[in-house]
Amino acid sequence: MSSQSSPAQAARPGVKKKGFRERLELLMNAIFFLCGAVAVAFVLFISIYLIVSGLPAIREIGLIDFLFGERWASTAKDPAFGILPFILTSVYGTAGAIVVGVPVGFMTAMFLSKISGKKTAGVIRTAVDLLAGIPSVVYGLIGMTVLVPAVRVAFDLASGACLLAAIVVLAVMILPSIISVSETALNAVPKEYEEASLALGATEIETYFRVSAPAASSGIAAAVVLGIGRAIGEAMAIMMVAGNVANMPSLFASVRFLTTAIASEMSYSSGLQRQALFSIALVLFLFIMIINVALNVLLKKSRKEG
Amino acid sequence: MKKTLAMLLSLALCAGLFAGCSGGNAQGTTPAENPSGGGLTGSVATNGSTSMEEVMGTLIEAFREVEPGITVTYDPTGSGTGIEQAAAGNCDIGLSSRALTEDEIAGGLTEIVVARDGIAVIVNPENTVAELTLDQIAQIATGAITNWSQVGGADAEIAFVGREAGSGTRGAFEEITGTEDACVYTQELTSTGAVITAVATTPGAIGYASLSAVEGAGNVSAVAVKADEGSEAVACTEETVLDGSYAIQRPFVFATRTGEPLSQAAQAFVDFALDPANGQLFVDAGVVPASAG
Repeated sequence: MSSQSSPAQAARPGVKKKGFRERLELLMNAIFFLCGAVAVAFVLFISIYLIVSGLPAIREIGLIDFLFGERWASTAKDPAFGILPFILTSVYGTAGAIVVGVPVGFMTAMFLSKISGKKTAGVIRTAVDLLAGIPSVVYGLIGMTVLVPAVRVAFDLASGACLLAAIVVLAVMILPSIISVSETALNAVPKEYEEASLALGATEIETYFRVSAPAASSGIAAAVVLGIGRAIGEAMAIMMVAGNVANMPSLFASVRFLTTAIASEMSYSSGLQRQALFSIALVLFLFIMIINVALNVLLKKSRKEG
Repeated sequence: MKKTLAMLLSLALCAGLFAGCSGGNAQGTTPAENPSGGGLTGSVATNGSTSMEEVMGTLIEAFREVEPGITVTYDPTGSGTGIEQAAAGNCDIGLSSRALTEDEIAGGLTEIVVARDGIAVIVNPENTVAELTLDQIAQIATGAITNWSQVGGADAEIAFVGREAGSGTRGAFEEITGTEDACVYTQELTSTGAVITAVATTPGAIGYASLSAVEGAGNVSAVAVKADEGSEAVACTEETVLDGSYAIQRPFVFATRTGEPLSQAAQAFVDFALDPANGQLFVDAGVVPASAG
């Protein structure tokens, strides 16, 4: 049927067909635009919703009392809504994860990009991809049943659910993003730099650390920021290993992060407590926004250098 | 052209499929609207305890199958509000997860206990402490007692594991032990299962969970509780919860207005809740039905 109809169509003046195709083009353009707009709309909606629902509690509690209050007792008869313990826990926990995770991730990336053979690299890369694909609840489950008892025994504590356990889990969780982004950055370093360094008598390891790494520095920085972003936004896994008590952070104390503060109390919350949870979400959202802006700046810089 | 035609045809087929579905549904609902028993119509408004959410959910769902003509609404506002609303006549049944006070009964309310919620105090199976007084439990909860040797156990630090703020079990435990807003937790977990797992994997841990959840779990042991120093230690079982000898428990109460007969629909709902044949519904929701006694 089509073989018959196409010559017949071609024989026509062609105006009608072109009109149809142009209209189809326009329609498809509009559909693609709508799809693009959906993402923007959701971001706008979430931002506005968070601001609208997060501000009333802050106004009622007072910004200073909210951000710098050290006591959180949302359901007490004399309730207190200070989220300083959560903010500090999130900051310390993320910093800890970066301190543990970045060196390991960076070395792995260096190994994959420069040192290892193709076969070994393939195996490691597959493992890293799998690590990235493990759901966070599985990290939490294994952390809860293996890591937490191990921490308890190792440090002779009453309970192993503490900031340290959360840091270890987070460090493992951010490894994949750090490895893949750093590796990309290292791969993009022009071969000539390394060859020049080798020709001048530097050893391979010297070359990688003194020449390749500095040349890829902004890409590696982007990897670190991406890791920070992932760590600060994680909730499920650390909820299962951190103990969730609103203490001021210390390595062996049960702590509550910004994310877990929202997740653990949301289901039964009401009134000012619920509003305050939205305010925590707003604070978390601001943190993530700042990290995203930093990430974009760094990525732009690294692209220019590359 | 061929493709367009194929697509149109498949669309038509899909539409047919959906039409088939809705037709099937419509036929499926017809017999349910003409139930064999009951046949009452009307609505029952209940209002109160958030702790009773699970019980009410299970009850309402099962009741709907028996009396599809009656709509039961449940407004989880809290025991205090529920009792007030019942007294003021704004709802048919007020729900309270504590016994009514004498003042409230004098104020014109009748208390119908439909179930009892027992809270077991659980420890790791390795723990040698088998019984505690209510006072000792409260002191452990508030951090006044920090080592098992202070209550006759081995020299090991106590880790007190509980639920998150707002949880009904936590509210009940803190209320009964008189430790509201004073508990010092080592872990605050978001589910009964998580509490049991944490206690099972931590030798020095003590925690609380509803009786029904502990009965099935073999990896933790429940301690016997003495109401005070002189009294006998009572193990947490359905019988001891029902006869009131086990100290850490609370009643789930339907509060109705004294002397004012319930509407037919509301009476049917209360009868349904008290019917021993429906006891399993309460057990499913984690509490002991009053009818079991």
